[in-house]
Amino acid sequence: MISLKHLKGIHLDHHKNTAGFTIVPMPVPEKVYIPMVQHIGAPNVPVVSPGDRVKVGQLIGDSEAPVCAPVHSSVSGEVVAIETFMTQMGRNDVNIVIETDGKQELADTVVPPVVTNKEEFLKAVRASGLVGLGGAAFPTHIKYNPRNPEEVDTLIINGAECEPYITVDHMTMLAHAREIVDGTLNTLKYLSIKKGIIAIEGNKPDAISLFKDLTKDIPEIEVFELRLVYPQGAERVIIFETTGRHLIAGKLPADIGVLVSNVNSILKLQQYLETGMPLVTKSLTVDGNLIVHPQNVEVPIGTKIRDVIEFCGGTKRDPKKILFGGPMMGRAMPSDDLAILKGNNAILVFDEAFSTMNPETACINCGRCVRGCPMNLMPTTLAKAWDRKDLETLKAYDALTCMECGSCSYSCPARIQLSYKIKLAKDLVMQDLRKQVEKAKAQAEGGKNA
Amino acid sequence: MNTKDSQLIVSSAPHIVDPVDTASIMKDVVLALMPALAVAVYVFGIRALLLVATCVGTSVLFEGVTRKMLNRPQTIGDFSAVVTGVILSYNLPVSIPLWMAAIGSFVAIVVVKQLFGGLGQNFANPALVGRIVLFTSFSTAMTSWPLTDRMSSVLWEANGLVAEATTDAVTGATPLALFANAKDVPANLDMFLGTVSGSMGEVSAAALLLGGAYLLVKKVIDPAIPAAFLGTVAVMAVAMGFDPIFHMCAGGAMLGAIFMATDYATSPLTTKGKIIFGIGCGFLTMGIRVFASYPEGVSFALLLMNILTPHIDKWTKLNIHGVPKGGEKS
Repeated sequence: MISLKHLKGIHLDHHKNTAGFTIVPMPVPEKVYIPMVQHIGAPNVPVVSPGDRVKVGQLIGDSEAPVCAPVHSSVSGEVVAIETFMTQMGRNDVNIVIETDGKQELADTVVPPVVTNKEEFLKAVRASGLVGLGGAAFPTHIKYNPRNPEEVDTLIINGAECEPYITVDHMTMLAHAREIVDGTLNTLKYLSIKKGIIAIEGNKPDAISLFKDLTKDIPEIEVFELRLVYPQGAERVIIFETTGRHLIAGKLPADIGVLVSNVNSILKLQQYLETGMPLVTKSLTVDGNLIVHPQNVEVPIGTKIRDVIEFCGGTKRDPKKILFGGPMMGRAMPSDDLAILKGNNAILVFDEAFSTMNPETACINCGRCVRGCPMNLMPTTLAKAWDRKDLETLKAYDALTCMECGSCSYSCPARIQLSYKIKLAKDLVMQDLRKQVEKAKAQAEGGKNA
Repeated sequence: MNTKDSQLIVSSAPHIVDPVDTASIMKDVVLALMPALAVAVYVFGIRALLLVATCVGTSVLFEGVTRKMLNRPQTIGDFSAVVTGVILSYNLPVSIPLWMAAIGSFVAIVVVKQLFGGLGQNFANPALVGRIVLFTSFSTAMTSWPLTDRMSSVLWEANGLVAEATTDAVTGATPLALFANAKDVPANLDMFLGTVSGSMGEVSAAALLLGGAYLLVKKVIDPAIPAAFLGTVAVMAVAMGFDPIFHMCAGGAMLGAIFMATDYATSPLTTKGKIIFGIGCGFLTMGIRVFASYPEGVSFALLLMNILTPHIDKWTKLNIHGVPKGGEKS
């Protein structure tokens, strides 16, 4: 058997219209709306009240829960309300609404932390409010503290940016290469990891040569050029492409000796170590065929989408689709009244020509979805099994392995929403697994009582 | 939420899709079939066009009418009926009465395709079954092979005829029938270029290969099936002491391997499955040619492998990476 060199994938038009657009800081808006849940895990509880004055970098929400990342004010001003609202994901959350004073005074707490060992490092990571900025938004201090630290030998810095349109990581790498290298070195040092790999897709040769230059005397950091095949930036794909290790569903990267962080996460971490400024701004690509001035902007977290769009010259016509993230995995927003969170990396605004869904036609069994699936799944088989709610087939064909990269739906000439069907199928399988666990538990208890 | 917001479309990712759709794939297949049509017109004359037009016209008509009668969304726009019509016509002798060809279209489109659920649901290749039904129903018309003066003189001589006698329609045995009767067969160059008798679209290996190359470049078909099919034919020919080039070019082997065995709905999904399918087709084709009473075996070989396809798909299920066969060891 020939050993596998690359995972399958698809070829996309990159549409990197904003490549070369340096990141522009956006002036603070009149009000920011900072949600308490900007990560995977327990919600934060506000530690400020309406009427309180806050400054930039001040802690405003925190929690005792183990899996949680605190949030900080991105502006100086006055807390005017603490309100519930419906999030991007359709859940209820709490916003801290701050009316800005435009002075952007720094909080007294914004001083470089003292870090000399792993405990202090992890404490600093938590205090920075850092979450995975690639989109998953998992609290970084939890990720950096796995059960098996001695087995972790590789830190992968994800600079793939494989989604079309988005260029903000590219621009960040060009502007902050030194800090990213230093952040990588610090993380390697404090977590006792031997090797760092900065992995960048081949369509960013300037970033690749910049990092190669900066790290030529640093043996522990390797700069890795990724192929131009979507989705190189997906965690499981980038791990395989750079290390040859397979991350299977239900396992953590640390279980196979790897930690993966986005370039932006490493940058924000290094900036916190240098200045003590927690994660309060986020750089975004603002693009799409309706944006008057597409560009890369750095916005205070909590800025509403409509303020960002306004800053970029507004839209040419009424938008039909607003995406948070790229066109392959991004989420379509129900409203422009939502705020930018830590995990967002793009706002894309499109017209009806882009947004109209093509009617689904019959599967012709062409196998393009199979050819495109990086996880080696058979999407059409799964989608057909979902249509008839066939749990046996969904399990046998590994539905839970799907990472929802969208390659199958993109490739489908019959316009079947394979990725969406498999996403629903995963829920069905999870429900069934939970039911089985409960049943087993009930049986065990019944046995005890008898 | 203001009124502007309520007009936003909220749908599941991905939000972009490959420009390639079912209709564009089918149009590519039709385009890839055109070189063989050009050769057919050259070799058999203008009636080749009439036969293609009849098969395509009736196929599209039957498709449209059936969809309407079954109250299903109209699908003639996807061009799949056009592909079926062209391929059916390629499987017929050029002299076949047109009403028979129309019956072939009826069997292919109405019986095999639409009554089994339409595009993608048919268990066997519609054009193939159309041909088999015509072959068993009208065996004389389906085995009368016109000879024309464009064809190899070897063919005429082997049939005991002289090439000058072309004023009346003359018929004779095809190269494969000559082979079955251990007579002289046309030179390989004639077999390759298509200056021989046979079904109108199958004669020219060169034209079919040209179309196949186009489909490979456009990634419409995967090389696995044609390569395994023709490879097996060649290997078996050599093993039994016959000329492999002759057997790859003769009869429906090229048309079958490139355009019919690769029919999506009736061939396996995975590369491994396609290879098994291709080998099976080649094996059965040669088996029938050499050992059975029919001179040609591609049709029945394909039909049998079509029926096996769901099973091959089951045997060749892909496994996810990183998990040993038989599940994860924890």
